[in-house]
Formats: sequence, structure tokens, C-alpha cells
Amino acid sequence: MAAHLSSGRVNLTALREAGRRELREFLDKCAGSKAIVWDEYLTGPFGLIAQYSLLKEHEVEKMFTLKPGRLPPADVKNIIFFVRPKLELMDIITDNVLREDRGRSPQRDFHILFVPRRSLLCEQWLKEQGVLGSFIHREQYSLDLIPFDGDLLSMESDSAFKECYLESDQTSLYHAAKGLMTLQALYGTIPQIFGKGDCARHVANMMIRMKREFPGSQNSIFPVFDTLLLLDRNVDLLTPLATQLTYEGLIDEIYGIQNTSEDFFDNLTVEQEFMSGIDTDKVNNYIEDCIAQKHPLIKILRLVCLQSVCNSGLKQKVLDHYKREILQTYGYEHILTLNNLEKAGLLKPQTGGRNNYPTIRKTLRLWMDDVNEQSPNDISYVYSGYAPLSVRLAQLLARPGWRSIEEVLKMLPGPHFEERQQLPTGLQKKRQQGENRVTLVFFLGGVTYAEIAALRFLSQMEDGGTEYIIATTKLINGTTWIKSLMEKLEPAPF
Amino acid sequence: MSRVRADEEEYWHSSKFRAFTFDDEDDELSQLKESKRAVNSLRDIVDDDDDDDLERVSWSGEPVGSISWSIKETASGSTGSLDGRDSSLQKGPSSYAALPKQASSYSLSSLFKGRNKLSSFQSLSDALTDTGIKNYAPELRRPKAEYKDYSSDWSPKDTVRRMQRGKICSLERFRSLQDKLLLLDEAVAGHDGNVITAVLIFLKRTLRREILFRELEVRQVALCHLIHFLREMGEQKFLLDLLRFLDRTEEVALSQYREHLNIQDVEKRREFLKGCIGLPFSAEDTSHIQDHYTLLERQIIIEANDRHLEMAGQSELFRKYPRKASILNMPLVTTLFYSCFYHYTEAEGMFSSPTNLKKTFKIPDKQYVLTALAARAKLRAWGDVDALLTTKNWLGYTKKKAPIGFHRVVEILQRNNAPVQVLQEYVRLVEDVETRLNLASKYKCHDVVIETYRDLKDRVQLTAYKCKVERGSAEEEKIQSILSNMQIRWKN
Repeated sequence: MAAHLSSGRVNLTALREAGRRELREFLDKCAGSKAIVWDEYLTGPFGLIAQYSLLKEHEVEKMFTLKPGRLPPADVKNIIFFVRPKLELMDIITDNVLREDRGRSPQRDFHILFVPRRSLLCEQWLKEQGVLGSFIHREQYSLDLIPFDGDLLSMESDSAFKECYLESDQTSLYHAAKGLMTLQALYGTIPQIFGKGDCARHVANMMIRMKREFPGSQNSIFPVFDTLLLLDRNVDLLTPLATQLTYEGLIDEIYGIQNTSEDFFDNLTVEQEFMSGIDTDKVNNYIEDCIAQKHPLIKILRLVCLQSVCNSGLKQKVLDHYKREILQTYGYEHILTLNNLEKAGLLKPQTGGRNNYPTIRKTLRLWMDDVNEQSPNDISYVYSGYAPLSVRLAQLLARPGWRSIEEVLKMLPGPHFEERQQLPTGLQKKRQQGENRVTLVFFLGGVTYAEIAALRFLSQMEDGGTEYIIATTKLINGTTWIKSLMEKLEPAPF
Repeated sequence: MSRVRADEEEYWHSSKFRAFTFDDEDDELSQLKESKRAVNSLRDIVDDDDDDDLERVSWSGEPVGSISWSIKETASGSTGSLDGRDSSLQKGPSSYAALPKQASSYSLSSLFKGRNKLSSFQSLSDALTDTGIKNYAPELRRPKAEYKDYSSDWSPKDTVRRMQRGKICSLERFRSLQDKLLLLDEAVAGHDGNVITAVLIFLKRTLRREILFRELEVRQVALCHLIHFLREMGEQKFLLDLLRFLDRTEEVALSQYREHLNIQDVEKRREFLKGCIGLPFSAEDTSHIQDHYTLLERQIIIEANDRHLEMAGQSELFRKYPRKASILNMPLVTTLFYSCFYHYTEAEGMFSSPTNLKKTFKIPDKQYVLTALAARAKLRAWGDVDALLTTKNWLGYTKKKAPIGFHRVVEILQRNNAPVQVLQEYVRLVEDVETRLNLASKYKCHDVVIETYRDLKDRVQLTAYKCKVERGSAEEEKIQSILSNMQIRWKN
């Protein structure tokens, strides 16, 4: 069962075991028989940590899905809500609690387990509804990093990008840092930290500070990781916008969408034109046609954002034209979403008159014309000729190092830096002949399957020299990502 | 047990009475008994206002439900059977609190807090304070070391640390502005969003607005947190005041505009949007907001009118194609479609006419033709379609023109099941030959295929196409006659 977690270079089973321990402890606190009411979204991540058999061992007799109305009958002592800290879910919980029959005997105790973290806002909300006191245990299950695969960890925090880049809220960064501290506790201090981006800098600072404040965390575990690379999502805004062309990426993107294959290829063609720098400074006919035919708004937004990123921002006239067409076709209220996209740097006017993208593309060799998808020799196969910028940066860091691309790094947003963490003597890592380095790449703001594929490709390259473990705040694709930036247009639940 | 008593003595006689902080409630059962006694003796000291508090926490002999219960559970050595009922686990009525569960949140610390009579009883920092009592059965007691700072003051730094670990802290002791700001700065340095928000809520409650705003202006991180909190909780007025103070005018404008989504009544929404027009949007956005208002205004008029028409039952159009939905709050292009559908021939002076919409909102030709085409095609008004695509030059010559490409025209017509004769007209006009052939074969516009192959002088293809037409049909004859034409210089 844990085979897939131990198959990689780093055995992530230990991480999962730590997670299980914490879960067991909480379940035992709510002593007696219990029923768990699940936030559906969590069943996936939890399934990666523990099976139902473990829950049963701790007296979980029933499991329900969280929904409004009266809770289903269950002869248990405890009702435990496993939920994400979201206000809309608090409403449902309130409904469940208020409808509970007080006269019933025996009464059931209520508890909440916030995953992965508590939220003051949610508790305040519950208090205002008058139900906060109904809960006996209110805790958080700090599932900071969930092991998805032998080389893949995710926080599954879908608002991380929005919080960091739109709201300057660093809470998810704080939890990323905590997750990294947990990893170091299990797998040893990471001697070298590299980073690019504002959020990367914050996380590194937090890690250093946390280490200083908890001196007991200095452990004697032989370090598994050689390097940590922290990357801001906004260093590479382009990759998530383009349609992924790896198998997993495609499935992830296409599932649920009814494109005709013709339209799909048209879409792809336009994307690739933009990515190779063709006509990024004019209004695009295909995009206009799609707006005119009222294709799903997210598709439109992805394309115009892609154009904007590939042009380092759109000319004011072009931007105004697109905005007008979008608002007229989909509704004026979308001004709010467009505003968000501008704030995030995805759809903005060109400032400074210079388009840096062609230089970046050339220097980092992001566009490879002679890609061979059957037997690829370069990471550009994941987008049929386009190499993800983020992965290129990782690749170049390993060999020959970032000094060779100083100029280009300066064109990308945020600082780049290097930190070293002291290892106790005797734990200095001595690598064997031919042994690969292990680098943990942490994407702050989300990572796509294509980037994961590209990094895995690098890992298994002969004479590659480095194996990669990937961590992120969230697994994303262009659609889910843009969606997280869209303004919620339904009226607030009060 | 004796430790508790000693501390209780110290507590009641010390001058730090108001700075009561409550540590991890381990042995809470015993603490509760002590406190019950303390509460009763409190009556003389505490204000009258606090009487309601005392009532809520009715210490009628029942300990807060789950503690005794969980202790009882552990004591009974629950085997936690997996298949449901186990009589040893049945709770007797006595182990259940007579208090409604709500009351248990009004914990001891809230009784002893220096209470501000004006503000609401519970301060928000209490949300962390009233943590679901992390109660343990006695055998899971926390190590002694954690009792260390049981009753001493914690510095801002320590307080923040404790809050980060989810421990209970009362912030009331931070009275001076300087202390409060220190607390805030520590919280920000600690990065934990929950803690920062808790401190901000405390400051919001205990500081004058101007002072709070002024201090936040130079503390970006804290500022962002507060804004986020205000948005989430819907405290619109406070948020706008804050943004105005910061001179973040465009944000004020957008924030206010966002509120229109909460207004369901159309008239009220219209009024609201009108009020938004003067707000400090960017120039571009101002025109969009203006359009939004104008559009809704028009939609209200059209809707009222059309509903009336529909109910009167006089209009054939409305009878034949009853409206599926109201036009209110629909996007502009959708409104245009509606107008082209139900009000196509109306004069420009009418708000409901398509030409009026086009003029008022400066809808580009391309969009206009496309939308009108779709509407008329749906009504199978082929004559109108034709007229849309025909332009007359100054000499009076007509010419067919489509600002959107004829292949698109064909697509739209075909979607609306246009008869082949109509379709054919426009397939013929598709410029790109390959596309033309594709569409023509696809939609069985035989004449177009035949003519095109003839023009291409492609004998092979033309011959092959004979199989696709009906035996003995006019088309077959046509092909035959062309093939037998000696004058054509076939290329193959």
C-alpha cells in the first residue's frame, strides 16, 4: 500500500506515518463511538493518509457527507466534522447543529477537525450563528504536506495563489514553511536553499526564523535532501496557462470540457503562436471569434492572459478592446475578475514599453523547434516544443548554476537568493561516486502536471545528476487556477 | 489539587485580578469546582451587568458535559465496540450538562475578564480563548513544565507564541497603544494569519478608528489582513472608510461596485449602479459602469413592456415563441439577441430596437451582424438574413458581404436548420476553396460542389462526385452535361 511512496529516492512513508499518528490522537480524544461528517473535498487527500480500516480501529462507525439539513441518524457518541476552513461549509455545519434534536437521548457530542488548519474567520462565523459553543473539541489537523506520490507532495491549498499575490496574505506561506520544518524533522536539515520570488524569500526567512526559535529541532538525521529550490508561481505565469500536452496533463485539462477536436487544435495553434512570439501585440481573430460565439469565459481568459504574458503586458488599446468585448458578452460584473487578473500580473497593460519575453525565451531556450515527442531528449516535449520556464530554471540551477543566467533572472519578478543551513558535524553529506543529488522543488502558488512530468523526465535522464522531489501549495491546471482568481459572483450568504 | 488552591488564593488576593489568563485546562473538573465557589463569592464584586453571565453559566452541579463524560469514559475503560451499542457506554442523564451547549463557551475566563460594558460580551480574541477546551482525561495530563507561567504576564512576544500554538490568551491586558502595537508587530513577524487576524480584531474593537487606520497605513501586512477579514465578514462600511483613508480610491470604487451583486431587487440595483457612476474608477472602467447602469435601465423598461405584451396575448411572435427568461441582468450581447429576436423592425427611437442598442452602446458591426444573424436564423427569417448580408454601393449595385466570414454564416444557418437552397447561397460565397468544398459536401449543397469542381477543372473529382448525387436527379444531369462539355480544358 505504501509501495508507491517508498518507490522514489526519498521514502515518504515516514511522512504519512506522522500524519496517521496525529489523526489517531485526535480520534482518541473524542472517545467513544463516532461518526465522521466529511467535507467531500477532503476524502481524496485523507485517502492518501489513511484507509477506513484505521478509522474503524478508532471507533469510527459511520461516515456521512457534509450537507445541509438534519444529520442522518446514527447511534454514536460523537459527531465529528472533518472540514476545510471555509465559510460556506460553516453554514452547512450550523444548519446540521441547529437541527439536532436536543431532546434526543443519548445526546451526541459535536467536534470539528479543521483541515489543514483552523481559521479564526470560521470560528467567528460559527460564533455569530450561535453554535460555536456546541463543539467540544475544535482542532486542526495540520496536514501541511500530503504525499501524493513517491516524489510529489501537495498542500492542496487552492487559495494560496490568490492569498499571496492578490491579498498579500502570507498564511499559506507560513504553512509551507511549517511543512518544510516537518520534512526536515523527518528527513534531515536541508543544507542549501535557493529561491526566486518574493514568496520564496518569505518562506526562507520563516524557515530560518523557525529554526532559530526551536533549537531543539536540530536533529541527527542524515540529510536526504541536498537542495531546496523555492519558486514563486509568478516567476512563470505562462506555463499554467498553456494547454498541457502530456497524458496526465491532457486528462486533467480536458475532463469535463466539450471541445470539438477541431476547436481544440485551433486553440492549440493560437497558444503556440503566442508562445513563439507571433503576433502577440495585436487583437487576435480566434479569440474574438470565441468571444463572439460565447465560448466559456475561462477559455477566453486563459488565452488573453497567455497573450499578455507572452507580450509582457498588452498595449492599452488591445487590452481595452478585449475588456470591452468580454464585458459586453459576459456581463459588466466581470470587471471585478479582470481587475484581479491585472493585480496578479496576468492581464495587464504594458509598462515600460519593453517586451522582455523574447529575450527570456531565447536565453533560456524555451522554444525548441525540433521536438521529438516519441523519444524526447528535452523537457520541451511536455508542451510540444515549449519548455516550462520554471523547470528550465531548476535544470540550470543544477548545471551550470544560476550565475550563468543572472541577466535573465533579473527580468523575472522577485529576488533570487541562496541560503545555507548549518549541519552538525559528522552529518555532512558525502556523496558516492555516481550518486545523484536530491533536490526538493517547492512551487509556491501551484504546479501543473506538465511541470511534474518535465521534472520527472530530468530525474530519469542518464547522467542527469539530480533527482527531483516536487512539493507545492496546490496541483493546478490553467482552468482551476484562473477560476481561483475569479470573483465570486453569487451574492454572499448573508 | 493543592497547587490549584494555592494559585486560587493568590489569584483572588492579587492585584492582577483583571489580567486573568487561563492556562491549558487540564484537571478542569477540579478547577471548575473551585471556580464555582469563586464565582459565588464574586457576586458582590462584579457589576450588575455580569449577572446575565452568571445565569448563563448555571453551575447547577453539572460539570460541562464532555469533561466528566470523557473522564467517565476513560474510567469505565471503554472498549469502544465497533458494532454499535454497548450498554456500558450509555450515558446516564446526570452526566449531561443541564446547560445548553452554547453556554459552555462562556468559559471562566470570560467571567473574570474586565468587561467593557459597551462592546459585545465576547471579544474576538476569545475565539482563541474559548478554544474547544482541549480536554483530556486525567491520565493524559500535560507535563508540569507547561504550568510554568500560570499566572504571570506574558510579553507581546510570548503571547503571540502562545496563540500560534493554539493556546488560550486574553489580550485585554494590553491597554496602552504602545503595547497594542507591539503585540501587532509581533504577530506580523510570526506570520501566522490566524494570530494576526485575532490581534487585529482586538485592536479594531479597542482603538479609535483614526488611530487604527493611521497605524495600519505603515504596516502593510497587517493592513492586507484586515482588508481580507473585512471582505470575508462583509463589513462593507468599515472597509470603505479604511480604503478612503488610504486614498485607495479605485479600490473603494470597485469594492462599492461589488456590492451591487447583493441587491436582488432590480430597481434598487439600478439606483445603486447610478450611484456608482461618480466613483473614482479609471476612465475606461467608468464608461463600463455607465454602460452597466444604462443597460439595466433599458432592460427594466423593455421587460415591463414585453411582459405586458406577452400577457395581453395579442402579439403572434410572443405567442409562438414565449420568452424563456427575463431580460433583466443579462449581458449586453444577450440583450441584443433578444432585441433582434422580438423587436427587429422597431424604429431606432425605441429603447427596445436593435439599432438603438447598437448606437447607445457602440456595438461594433461585426458583433451586431453576428448577433442579428443568429436571431433571424432562429426565426427562419431568411429574407432578413439576406438583407443583413447585402450592401448597396452608391451606384445601387448590391453585393454580399459578411464582416464575419461566410463560413461562419453557413455554420449559424446550418445550426438553425436552414433549407439547403438558402444554405447553398452562402456556401457559394465562402472564399477559401477547400473550406467551400468541405462545407458544400457536408451540407449536400450539390450545385456548389459541381460548380466548384468545374471551375477547378477537376474532372476526376467531378466524376467521383456523381456517386454522391441521386440517380436521375437534376444534379446528375448537370454533372453529365458538364463532363461532356468539349470546351472545358480539364486538368485531369
